[in-house]
Amino acid sequence: MAAVETIEVLTPGPLTTLQDLGRFGYGRYGVPPSGALDTFSLRAANLLVGNKENEACLEITMFGLRIKALRDVVIAVTGGDLLPFYNDKPLSMWASFILKEGDTLSFRGVKGGCRSYLAIGGGFFLTEVMGSRSTNLSSGFGGLDGRPVKKGDIFTAHSPHLHLETEGRGFPQDLIPRYSREWHLRVIFGPQDDQFTEKAKTTFCNSPYQVNPQSDRTGIRMAGPIIERKPKVQESIISEGVIPGAIQVPGDGQPIIILVEIVTGGYRKIATVITADLPLLGQIKPGDMVTFEEVSLDDAYEALREMEEKIKGFKEKISTSA
Amino acid sequence: MGDRSVLVELGDEISPEVNRRVRELSVILMENPIEGVIETVPAYRSLLIVYDPLTLEIATLQHRIEDIQKKIGGIQIPEPKTMEIPVVYGGEYGPDMEWVARYHNIRVEEVIQLHTGTTYQVYMIGFMPGFPYMGELPEGLATPRRETPRTVIPQGSVAIAQRQTGIYPVQSPGGWQILGRTPLKLFNPLHSPPTLLEMGDLVKFFSIGEKEFKQWQQ
Repeated sequence: MAAVETIEVLTPGPLTTLQDLGRFGYGRYGVPPSGALDTFSLRAANLLVGNKENEACLEITMFGLRIKALRDVVIAVTGGDLLPFYNDKPLSMWASFILKEGDTLSFRGVKGGCRSYLAIGGGFFLTEVMGSRSTNLSSGFGGLDGRPVKKGDIFTAHSPHLHLETEGRGFPQDLIPRYSREWHLRVIFGPQDDQFTEKAKTTFCNSPYQVNPQSDRTGIRMAGPIIERKPKVQESIISEGVIPGAIQVPGDGQPIIILVEIVTGGYRKIATVITADLPLLGQIKPGDMVTFEEVSLDDAYEALREMEEKIKGFKEKISTSA
Repeated sequence: MGDRSVLVELGDEISPEVNRRVRELSVILMENPIEGVIETVPAYRSLLIVYDPLTLEIATLQHRIEDIQKKIGGIQIPEPKTMEIPVVYGGEYGPDMEWVARYHNIRVEEVIQLHTGTTYQVYMIGFMPGFPYMGELPEGLATPRRETPRTVIPQGSVAIAQRQTGIYPVQSPGGWQILGRTPLKLFNPLHSPPTLLEMGDLVKFFSIGEKEFKQWQQ
């Protein structure tokens, strides 16, 4: 069956891109994962409208996106609270909702977090590139040929009407993350933590770092007390593979949390954010304060299992109520 | 690194020998995939293995890697391919050529001779999709990066920095010294594999004229 038109973009906002759970297996070619920064919110949004967890969503940065429904479609908005309105009424987040043909949906400001995820029942009909629909902006491929969403874009989906029956689904209130402007991130030290001074490690774990405006999907840049290398340790290392969440410290001693648009790096990494806390990285915005806490591998896996239980529990709830 | 990757280090220097060991481990892992491994990123002297901690335990992964490391050197792996890459040197295609020649106090022709006279090994693909880090550049061409990086470097630019040479696969910012440009496409997201060069490949450059460059592009 042919794909049918679902929504039209009226205004794109400063940066709205198509992302799914990312592109994996091409790191050896220098291809980064891309994908949603807040994967927890993307998965929840998709489940709310009856999609597969890894379907593409619109990742809306800060504000400004306005869309119009071209037919009745079911949608869900999760992640940061960017004040979503349908027509002129506030929209409930973390719940599925039917936009009627002609209805508009707009994101009017930043109340909490940094990025919203908009899922459409039936998804986005787009060609996969290297197994993913995620947008790679710097090399220009994936999503909409590697570009952000622009005015006049019209999206299509297969059988969006089959998803309308999910209307009214809500993500359990107690599982919805709350975002403040102070973030507490759990980390595992390494792989080059031994090349920083003991004092540097204490500084790193006991000081707040403020997020710079120069942050983007490549990395969260921060300013705060200097993290010192041991004497005679050079600024850069021989380049090696990196993962999202790795915290590199360039010569100026100011940490950068690597995000999803690079796959190699040439600076020392003092620590890495645990997998369970990665979704939070997508909600951190300039001006926010970040603190780090060292945890054990066991703690990290326990936290990851807890997060997966939340998703799994919701999936079970949906399948029994259907 | 963190709770979902292991960084296997096979040496602590940039050298063809260390890099060959990385390639061996990388190829063996490609040919005998471990369930739960999501990504492997070979680099100069290390291989990053990213895995799914929900399906693969770190202790299991470490044992498997140790077993494989014991086999390094004893397993026949395919020879790397050799690529010959056309480059139009100097002029508008190589805006740093004159500066590099003056820096080493040699003529432009000698820079070209030095750059084309060596077979390079692709140590890794990184920085951006399809960018090959290659070495070793002859001692006589070792050049520092530009003090001020350029904001726009055209696609296909062939550049050098210290003892390395590389090619910018798409237009991007960058700080390396640009000697010329190749008409070949280094990255095509729709091809499999998506890059012209892979880690471990051997590369030799040859000089072409502007007219050939334009013909090649068509």
